[in-house]
Formats: sequence, C-alpha cells, structure tokens
Amino acid sequence: MGEIGRQDGGDRPGTDAVRLEDVAIAFVLKGGKRYVAVEHIDLAVRPGEFVAVVGPTGSGKSTILNAAAGLLKPASGRVTIFGDPLPGLNARAGYLFQADALMPWKTALDNVAVALEPKGIARSEARDRARAWLGRVGLADFVDRYPHMLSGGQRKRVALAQMLIRDPEILLMDEPFGPLDAQTRQIMGNLLLDLWASNRKAVIFVTHDLEEAIALADRVIVLSAGPAAGIVGTFPVPLARPRDISEIRLEPLFHDLYKEIWSCLRVEVSRAYAAGPA
Amino acid sequence: MNRLTLLALQILVGLVGLAIWHVLTVYPVLGSPKQIQFFFSTPGAVLARTWAEMTTPDIWGHLWITLQETVLAFLFGAAGGIAFGFLFARNALLAAVFDPYIKAANALPRVVLAPIFALWFGLGIWSKVALGFTLVFFIVFFNVYQGVREVSPVVLNNARMLGLSERGLLRHVYWPSALTWMFSSLHTAVGFALVGAVVGEYLGSSAGLGYKIHEAESVFDVTGVFAGMLILTVFVIVIDAVVTLIENRLLVWRPQAGGHG
Repeated sequence: MGEIGRQDGGDRPGTDAVRLEDVAIAFVLKGGKRYVAVEHIDLAVRPGEFVAVVGPTGSGKSTILNAAAGLLKPASGRVTIFGDPLPGLNARAGYLFQADALMPWKTALDNVAVALEPKGIARSEARDRARAWLGRVGLADFVDRYPHMLSGGQRKRVALAQMLIRDPEILLMDEPFGPLDAQTRQIMGNLLLDLWASNRKAVIFVTHDLEEAIALADRVIVLSAGPAAGIVGTFPVPLARPRDISEIRLEPLFHDLYKEIWSCLRVEVSRAYAAGPA
Repeated sequence: MNRLTLLALQILVGLVGLAIWHVLTVYPVLGSPKQIQFFFSTPGAVLARTWAEMTTPDIWGHLWITLQETVLAFLFGAAGGIAFGFLFARNALLAAVFDPYIKAANALPRVVLAPIFALWFGLGIWSKVALGFTLVFFIVFFNVYQGVREVSPVVLNNARMLGLSERGLLRHVYWPSALTWMFSSLHTAVGFALVGAVVGEYLGSSAGLGYKIHEAESVFDVTGVFAGMLILTVFVIVIDAVVTLIENRLLVWRPQAGGHG
C-alpha cells in the first residue's frame, strides 16, 4: 500500500489538514447487497483545529475517520491531506482506536518505542524517548508492564503515547475513551487537552458522548442516522481554553451549546432507534 | 482444599490402584496366580524390574536415542510447520491450491508411513525422526496458519497506522502472534514427536524405548513391557515439565502463563 512520504514543508498556506469532498463510502454485504454507510460528506479540518464528530450508533462516524486514515477507500469523492490526494494509508496521521490496539506481546515501553522504528530511529534512542513519553502520560512506573497487567485507562495512556511519539500532524480518534468509566474518561480528556495544547494538531475526535464532544472540541459535527448518513449540523464551540473538562460542564455557555446541539442530534438518535433496536 | 490433603488423596488413589492390582495377581481371586501373572505381572515385579533397568547403563542409551529422535522430529517439524504456515497464510492462492492435498496428507494415519520410512531412511534414528516430523509438522502448520490469519485486525491496523512496513508487521505482529499459537500447541506437538519416535522404534529398530518394549513383548515378558511403559511415562512427564518451563518463559506477556493449551 502506498503512503504519503512527505513529512512537512511545501504545504500551501491556508491548506486544510484534512479535507473530505462529497465523500461516499459503501460496503458490499454478504449476498452482494450494497450498503451505503455515508454519502455527500464535506468536511474540512484546519491545522491545529479540534473537531468532534457525534452521531447516533450506526451513523458511520468511524467510517469517516477510516477514510481520513486511508484504511477505507471512498466509493466516490475526494480525500486530500494538506492539499494532496490520499493514495493509501495516511502517513501523516496518528490513529487512536476504541478497542485495545496495543501489541499484547510487547511491554508498554516496547509498544511505544516500536512506533519510532519506521522513522529509522535507533533502538536505544527510541526506548529513551518512549520512556520520556510514558512519563508524560503518567506511566513512568509502568514501563515494563505488559498490556494485560495495565488497567483500561492505563492502556489508553500507552496508546496515546504510542500515537503521539511519532509527532503526527493529524490525530484521528475513534471513541478512544468509550470503554472507560466516567471518571477515567474525564481524566483522560484533560490529559489529551493538555498534550494537545502544548503542540496543536488537527484532530478528528469521534464520540457518541455529546458532553465529551463539546468539552473537547472547537467545532462539533452532527451526523444523521444511517444508512447513507450525512452531516446535518456544524456547531462552533466558543468556550475559552485552557479548559478543565470536569469544570466546564457547569458553565452556562456549555449548557446553551448542549441544548442547541442536542436538539439537532435528538432527531437523528430517535430515527436511529426507530430503524431498529440498538 | 489445602495442598496437603489433595496430595494425600492423590497418593491414596495410586496406592489403592496398586493394591487392587497386587491382590488380584498375587492371591487366587480370579484364578491361578501363575496364569494371571503371565498376563498382568505384579506391581512388585514391575517396580523391581524398573529399578533394575534404571540402574543399568543400558537403559540410558535407549533413552538417549529416543530423546534424540523426539527432539529432532520436533525441531524439523516445527521449523517446517512455521515456514509453510507463514507462507500459506500470507499467500491465499497457494493456500487455496494446496488445500485438498494438505487435508489429504493430514487425513492419512501417519503410522502406515513407518514401514516406508524404514525402507527409505534405514532402521536408524532418521526413519523415526521422519515419522515424528509428519506428526509434528501438521499440528504446528495448522496452528501457525491460524495464528497468522487470526491476528487481531485492530492490532494490525494500529501497527499499519504507526507506519510499520510489511517487514515490520511480520516481525512485530504476525510472527509473535503465530508463535503464541504454536506455543499453545507445544505440549501436543512434543507429545506427537515422542509418539513418532516410539512407534517408529516399535515397528523396526535396534535401539530406543520402543525397541525395549517390543523386545520384551516378543518373548511374552509382560513385566518387561510394563517396566518399559513405566519408564516411558516418567520420561514423558519429565519432557512435559521442561516444555512447561520453556512455555512460561516465552509467554510471560500472556494473562495466565502456564495454562495448558
């Protein structure tokens, strides 16, 4: 599979980090039937912008993310990364998966260090840098643990370090904190915002949790219920940064935004439930 | 239940078994003890013979031969199984084309190959290694094939997104995953290597444990057969313990290391 080789430089000013133009994604189901997951998707994410995508279950949130990552090929439309068409895997993006994606046979340290191997960095230096990154996500004392010896939140921290150590220009996150309990989600959200604030990348953050979306993002995109889901709303989030996720929920502006976006999302959620039980 | 009680009960079962064997073969319960002993020997005689065997240097030579055959059959079988498992799992066309032949070869009861291997490789250790190989190869092959095919798609996609090349994926994802599956079948594979060696010896050889047992059987020396079986059992338990040790070392990352696969 081809990859974009260029790491930086040469980007035209004002170019979007990720741009989807009239993108449709379809799957062939068993029995040959074609299922259109999303269509007419137009989405542009500027460098340094944090965009959250919310939508009911089965609305194709992850599908959009996978198209931006190059893991899925759109049936039609164009995906451009910093102005260049995406030929295969998106080498300029890091991806944080919802499910456990760490290699279970590697320690936390090796899981993070392996991310530097494609950059041709020597093993000892890679391990030093991995150790530093694990320190930044609060796991300095857990470097030699295997994934099964870590809690769900700790595994997410390792995955976060694994993604960020490569310093990708685009961060794609697929309900990364979905499997965690409420408190851990807030802690992880704050950690993510801290790390992001120190080095702002373009982010597409997929979640089904509207509160999480508003608390984190600069802009919230609402998807309609599938099949053939599309974007039904775009809401800027003018909340000041830096934010504290557990505090920001108490602000009046947060409430107003929540009401406004929920009134849009609610329609789609009830449509999704009407189509079939979750 | 605490450990001591359990151990006591375990020993009790063994003793009761031996006692029943002893009573039925030494006392005229089922008929003349002499006649019964011809078929079943007695526990005392078997233990005495086993001890006598173990204290002569002769048996260690036979054990050494069997061990060599087992280890060689395992190494060659595992190497072949890993190589072909990988090749077929990564090449769908090859797998599809060879599928019926692999199924056919695996369906063949391997024991019938023993005479032909004796003809091809002689009566020395290599005909036994060959027989063990055909048993080990398929177990490892199927496990490695499965292991490579069933790599978690999330782990694989994640590794891809980290920018790992095809070679990197092979080294960091496919290979460890295949090894896990192989190790989960390690006990079975080593067991089959031993079966190949002993059956091969039994069917035609001049050394090894299988030969010892066959030799005793051909002169109706039931005590000798049982003694040979007892030595073989102890041998297998020792090998299995060594395998468990190796497995625990190699699979430290697994949630419950040491669980038998």
